Amino acid sequence: MGLFDIFRRDRKKNSANIAKERLQILIAHEHASRTGAPDYFPKMRDEIMDVIRKYVEVEDKSVNVNLEKGDDYDVLELNITLPERR
Amino acid sequence: MSKVIVVTSGKGGVGKTTTSAAFAAGLASKGHRTAVIDFDVGLRNLDLIMGVERRVVYDFVNVINGEATLRQALIKDKRVDNLFILPASQTRDKDALTKEGVESVINELKTDGFEYIVCDSPAGIEKGAFMALYFADEAIIVTNPEVSSVRDSDRILGILQSKSRAAEDGNVVKEHLVITRYSPERVDLGDMISLEDIVDILSVPLLAVIPESDSVLQASNNGVPVIMNLESQAGQAYMDMTSRFLGEDVPHRFLDIEKKGFFKKLFG
Repeated sequence: MGLFDIFRRDRKKNSANIAKERLQILIAHEHASRTGAPDYFPKMRDEIMDVIRKYVEVEDKSVNVNLEKGDDYDVLELNITLPERR
Repeated sequence: MSKVIVVTSGKGGVGKTTTSAAFAAGLASKGHRTAVIDFDVGLRNLDLIMGVERRVVYDFVNVINGEATLRQALIKDKRVDNLFILPASQTRDKDALTKEGVESVINELKTDGFEYIVCDSPAGIEKGAFMALYFADEAIIVTNPEVSSVRDSDRILGILQSKSRAAEDGNVVKEHLVITRYSPERVDLGDMISLEDIVDILSVPLLAVIPESDSVLQASNNGVPVIMNLESQAGQAYMDMTSRFLGEDVPHRFLDIEKKGFFKKLFG
């Protein structure tokens, strides 16, 4: 680093860090979509919700749908918090 | 036991062929019988980088189609013992490479006593790249310190671990990262992603860092694998890479800025 680089350094220290951050976000996103839930998942979730609503009054936020990947099996987890009985 | 090693990257122009040529020549120079295969059908270039372009008579596709024997198509390197080159075909037929055909050539090389079979992959994720990686036991991922190259490397790693034969059999292809065109000066200035960050993002064990070097272009001009120029930093780094691949404990070099004299330090 030369004497005059002191003034340039702040401006220049950035682009490599920006590149790193952008890549980390992008690659995390691409991995999630690669290993994530199948395409039919959102539609299936909505249809299950409709069936439940035929019998019980539930809000969207009281339903938790989760897909877990095992070694050679997937687990579909459906967690519904029923409203308190009045 | 022979090993099939694919040299791949996703992105083009990052140094796959340069690395394939140097690595294969390095393995051979250390006494291992090595074949290097150009999988870039239609855009053959390994022959040119290795300086054997005028000795190509038959190619990979001729062998697959039974128009020539493997022995007829293999070009023996005149500088390094134990080194053989199988050039790609210049045909524009995309379907020239078949799984069965590639497998039979690789099996014949194994039976012929080749210890290392280096597969120089074309860029992209099309058929040629897929064929180059399908039979691999190990993979060398060539990456430049640049966003699109890192992203494409990640993509090809995903394909490697899901679409290769090893993956189909429930095994893992052993991965090695080679960072090429690295410039410690630019990393220090904050203009280039550091090797630590690349390793962190891709989480692949680092095999070698090849510094940006004029000698790479000169080597390709001359048709001599850059590893044969041991006066150049790139040549030395490729030789280190080969030794490390073979299990030797060799420290990484050329990762830091070369020391400058007092006046250069002061005035940049």
